[in-house]
Amino acid sequence: MSETLAVTRIPLDDYAELLGAGEIEELRALAKPLRGRSIQMVNSTAVGGGVAEILMRLVPLAEELDLNIQWEVMSGGEDFFEVTKSFHNALHGAPYHARPRDFEIFLAYNERNRATLPLDAEFVVIHDPQPAGLIEARKPGSNHWVWRCHIDLSHPHRGVWDFLEAFVSRYDGAMFSSPEFSRQLPIPQYLFYPAIDPLSEKNCHLDPVFIAQILARYRIDPQRPILTQISRFDRLKDPVGVIRAYRIVKRYFDCQLVLAGGSASDDPEGAMVLKEVLREANDDPDIRVIELPAWAPLEVNALQRASTIVIQKSLREGFGLTVSEALWKKKPVVASAVGGIPIQIIHKHTGLLAHSVEGTAYQIRFLLSHPEIAAKLGENGHQHVKENFLITQKLKRYLTLFLTMANKPSRDH
Amino acid sequence: MNAAETPFEFVTVSYLTRIGNQSAGSPSELLTGLEHCSDASIFHHTYQTLGSHHFLTEGFSNDFAQWVLADTNRNDLAEQLAALDIRDYVSIAALRSDLCRVVRDFCEAFPHFAKQSALERFYFCESVEVTAPLGRSARTLDEFRDGIAHLSHAGFYFHFISSRLRLQLQTNDFSHWLSDGLGLQTLAESVNNIDIYTNTLDGSRAKLLRLIERERRKA
Repeated sequence: MSETLAVTRIPLDDYAELLGAGEIEELRALAKPLRGRSIQMVNSTAVGGGVAEILMRLVPLAEELDLNIQWEVMSGGEDFFEVTKSFHNALHGAPYHARPRDFEIFLAYNERNRATLPLDAEFVVIHDPQPAGLIEARKPGSNHWVWRCHIDLSHPHRGVWDFLEAFVSRYDGAMFSSPEFSRQLPIPQYLFYPAIDPLSEKNCHLDPVFIAQILARYRIDPQRPILTQISRFDRLKDPVGVIRAYRIVKRYFDCQLVLAGGSASDDPEGAMVLKEVLREANDDPDIRVIELPAWAPLEVNALQRASTIVIQKSLREGFGLTVSEALWKKKPVVASAVGGIPIQIIHKHTGLLAHSVEGTAYQIRFLLSHPEIAAKLGENGHQHVKENFLITQKLKRYLTLFLTMANKPSRDH
Repeated sequence: MNAAETPFEFVTVSYLTRIGNQSAGSPSELLTGLEHCSDASIFHHTYQTLGSHHFLTEGFSNDFAQWVLADTNRNDLAEQLAALDIRDYVSIAALRSDLCRVVRDFCEAFPHFAKQSALERFYFCESVEVTAPLGRSARTLDEFRDGIAHLSHAGFYFHFISSRLRLQLQTNDFSHWLSDGLGLQTLAESVNNIDIYTNTLDGSRAKLLRLIERERRKA
């Protein structure tokens, strides 16, 4: 069943105060030749997850530029989402034992959605693997189909990728969040960064009184340096490594560590990692392990804004938008050089990269010793996000993609 | 006030980054990549990156230099690559030739380091350019000043930096029009002398506006 979502319109001009009127004028100029032309965004979930979060913001902005844009959500049963979840993990490189039935379920739901979704727009953007098979609905003509991959395909499970590649190769182009995530494909591949919304609750300006209240709620001392990592309790985010780095720093600086992430109550592995973290923290009064509710944007915003240094010591990472969130708030960031993080952290310009516990600790100590350099990195980081990782830049990238495709003949298929 | 016969048309630009099939994991592989990548790739990693990192004024010049610095830890090679000034080039071929020369000289001088693996690979990408007219033009210095004041970063970058390749001259759109359109050669030259490596785009724009203001006061 197709579901076109009604979302709140966000005035584009609200962004002018942050970005400058020239940037908004530029969006309007780029959109002019695309006025009234049809675009469909298709993904597999209406709420929850990064893709839905981005589309919820992007679609109304595109409408304001007079684009005829629709957001369609494919439908699927529990069996379909179980299969696509295992595909997702397999594409990230997790072990997976291919069962023919999984592929049959995938194909059956894609076929069912092909029959019900109106896939007739001039530009069709399919998000992630779940609806990739919808390409078979493409009719001969002048429309353009692109596949937006939000996941890291650098080490995919061979069988799952081979299955998916047969669909992906039939698109006019594919978009990836990092060159590292791309594959050898016969179609053009483009770099499309994820984005944050500077006006969302997670990133908007906050009253210092509210920030102080959040610190008080979690018994964090605002007078001493605060090191923070915001991430779910996942081994790939290496929270234990963060504590070890903090312990090295603590020998030199009287600092506090905040590890804050979504609740682990409904995630068995998360609960296990949380236990490991608490064991490693060993009741250190200066380590705050905070289980946030699933949706706590204002708390995250406040903790980031209150931080002296933000850490993202992931062992593997997709793009790591928490880095952009911290940079937007002009925070100096020390992060691992994995996944999409080096795109955001230009070493020594917009933050510092590290490759180990000791390296992370060293970079933190360096920044605590040189607050003026930390401030400069934070300022540069803010500009870097403004230029590359905001929702308005994402919209601009889409406009550029559509203009580029509109000038090319559609593929023979 | 003096009015130009041909107006200055303000345009903006947007780039898509196309991911190429080449990557490099050491200085010697960087050399191979530089020798074989497309012109659009050289443009992307030098001109375009200067535009997208316009807020950095210290030590950032192009992607090649930054990768060598951050991922191979060879300050000497990074410094040589960063020292190449795109204002000295009127063609991608000439810029590519110098990039190759610098990396080749390093690889010959330090064959052991030339093969040393980098921390992260360098991925060659290309810029796909789309331009759009802003529907604004200028015939007088006042209109020109107002147009520049309202330009986005991308529009300013397009006229001030990437135009050098388009014109195939060691100048930029603004200076070209000031000289040809309004006959203001001295102002055109001063504008062309604004250092885009030690100023941010906003800083360059502020300097340009100050130069125009000075000229207006003379009139």
